[in-house]
Amino acid sequence: MFNFKNMKFYNFFLGSLKAISRGGKYYYSWLIFLLVAILWGGWGYLQQLNHGLILTHMRDSVSWAFYIGNFTFMVGVAAAAVMLVIPAYVYNWKPIKEIVIFGELLAVTAVLMCIGFIMVDIGNPAQFWHMLPIVGTINFPSSILGWDFIVLSLYFIINLSVVTYLLYCGYNNKEYNKSIVYPLVLLSIPAAIGIHTVTAFLFNALPARPFWNSALLAPRFLASAFCSGPAILLILFQILRKTTSFRIKDEAIYTIAELMVYSMFVYLFFSVAELFKEFYSDTEHLIYWEYLLFGIGDNKEIVFYSWSSIIFGTIAFFLFLFPKTRKNFLTLNIGAVLIYVSVYIEKGMALIIPGFTPDVVGQIYVYTPSLTEIKTTVMIFSLGSLLFTFMLKIAIAIIFENHNVVTDEIIVKEELPEIGT
Amino acid sequence: MQQENKTSRRDFLKAAPVAAAAGAMALSSCNSDSMKEYLQNNFRTLSKDEIKEIITNLEVKYTKKYGKKFSVSAKPALDKTLFGYALDLSRCIGCRRCEYACVDENNQSRDPQIHWIKVLEMEKDKGIDFAHANIHYNPELVPEEGYFYVPIACQQCKNPPCVKVCPAQATWQERDGIVVIDYDWCIGCRYCMAACPYGARHFNWGEPGIPDEEVNPITHYLGNRPRTKGVVEKCTFCVQRVREGRYPACVEVCPVGSRKFGNLLDPNSEIRYILENKRVLVLKAEQNTQPKFYYYFGV
Repeated sequence: MFNFKNMKFYNFFLGSLKAISRGGKYYYSWLIFLLVAILWGGWGYLQQLNHGLILTHMRDSVSWAFYIGNFTFMVGVAAAAVMLVIPAYVYNWKPIKEIVIFGELLAVTAVLMCIGFIMVDIGNPAQFWHMLPIVGTINFPSSILGWDFIVLSLYFIINLSVVTYLLYCGYNNKEYNKSIVYPLVLLSIPAAIGIHTVTAFLFNALPARPFWNSALLAPRFLASAFCSGPAILLILFQILRKTTSFRIKDEAIYTIAELMVYSMFVYLFFSVAELFKEFYSDTEHLIYWEYLLFGIGDNKEIVFYSWSSIIFGTIAFFLFLFPKTRKNFLTLNIGAVLIYVSVYIEKGMALIIPGFTPDVVGQIYVYTPSLTEIKTTVMIFSLGSLLFTFMLKIAIAIIFENHNVVTDEIIVKEELPEIGT
Repeated sequence: MQQENKTSRRDFLKAAPVAAAAGAMALSSCNSDSMKEYLQNNFRTLSKDEIKEIITNLEVKYTKKYGKKFSVSAKPALDKTLFGYALDLSRCIGCRRCEYACVDENNQSRDPQIHWIKVLEMEKDKGIDFAHANIHYNPELVPEEGYFYVPIACQQCKNPPCVKVCPAQATWQERDGIVVIDYDWCIGCRYCMAACPYGARHFNWGEPGIPDEEVNPITHYLGNRPRTKGVVEKCTFCVQRVREGRYPACVEVCPVGSRKFGNLLDPNSEIRYILENKRVLVLKAEQNTQPKFYYYFGV
């Protein structure tokens, strides 16, 4: 019995390898492009491992920066998988249902990238096990970083199990067991909200940093995540639909877009509420917002980023708001790219850096990412894209191309182009 | 017997996830000593014998590295002792002698530069106001007209936010009130630095650089022993001195006597005299960190 099962899993594994090894010239060009990016970025990271984080532009005043910003952004992307899971499973809404699996694949990739950004940020990555339970001395329940690690791991395990099980069943031509899948999927909804809430609490937990010490931080995180995560999927689905056997109805895309516009509205509302409180109160805590939006004295380095994020986000909101532009694929895609970039800048630069500028004793250290930080970030994004490409390849083959244990000969359509990073 | 079982299971469980990381390490160095060092436990879970062995190894290692006889103490907190510090703001002239004496005593990296003490120059008509403070003041002569000085380092909080947030329990408060770091256990995530409202914690962004002849070989395991890149460090009230009954280096060097140190549990100590007879304040009281570092106006 057990052997038999293992055999099936082994076949699934082999079948998956077959699926990722087949593709047209665009597919291979994309893989080579990623490989080059991984090597280029990896070289930067290797230097950082040798010389230490001194190769970044972080210093004692701004002790977290681009890496942690990227980490936070990717947590949002990972959490956004629920955007698709909720209507598909809770309301049993068919057009979205079969594509939920792609959202979950994105979640799996994004969580791994999160762990990657933490690993490149810590000074002693080899000692990471010190903060694990059992083998190390995790500071649980006191440290929110401990909590974050636990919820991220849980979320990763849930999503990985669901997609692996669904694809495994698909490959072996058998119906999946609903009593296994449904509870896990339902569990993934609070887990998704959990990962982003806990990540917001990570910053929220620090009264020493008034910029983050707002109860609206977690709600704002969730709202922004539900803008950026679906934006990736929205564009990805259209690309896949054009270039592979992947199928999705326009209706499903419009629904995702509609859900996004609600999130954008909530996000805008929360931001306005935050701004009102800070600017009308005009306490000494206003200084971080001043640095973010206007700069302090000659130090205006971050102003460009914050206003780009605001302007992009606002344009995207209006493009998504009006049905006419929302249902036009050109304007819809422009909006999706703009909101993605807007949230990326907001999480990557505008969230972390003003929290540290000025620092706790009022000193201004001007931070912008170093080349090493950019290289390392490129490395993680390329590794993530590579993994995501492979997983997509497997999923499309099994779901849409009848790639299974019987046929094991797949219909190869041309290429698998770039995903929206 | 039970204890033994526990230890062996712990070691066994540890071996599995660590194996992968060890594989990477094996590329650069693969003798059993470095493996043992790598697998070393949190200081607080070590037995007396283990500590003894680790310390002997460290002394040999440092002596070889710096070419002078090193001592590494692991002396625990003294009984009936709770250390407190007081700084007279009306006397401080902002000369930064404390800052540099601290660097010398505590083996802080010269390049890249790490200073545990920062002296903030503040405007007299603004009072204690961090938003307008300046650490880069550089006049011919101090004190400058219209300014006063607030030296700031670890406030040795009774309710330390840094300890609360550390994911690995690599930092903690000792019985004598000193917040210490196990440099071998710190993973370098810098969450403590984000949590500290006083900017007291410093990170070794690069490999610390100290000229051999300037290294202080009298060290404490939880205090001024040489650090490596990638870990956080901070003021320990000179744990290597105060547990031997000496004053911290900054107290000794202060030319105007504005720094006072003593045992808060001893009713006859100078620190208790100050608390009793002067009016003291703590920085950022609203953070509820409850510092054991008091500021007062002595004259």
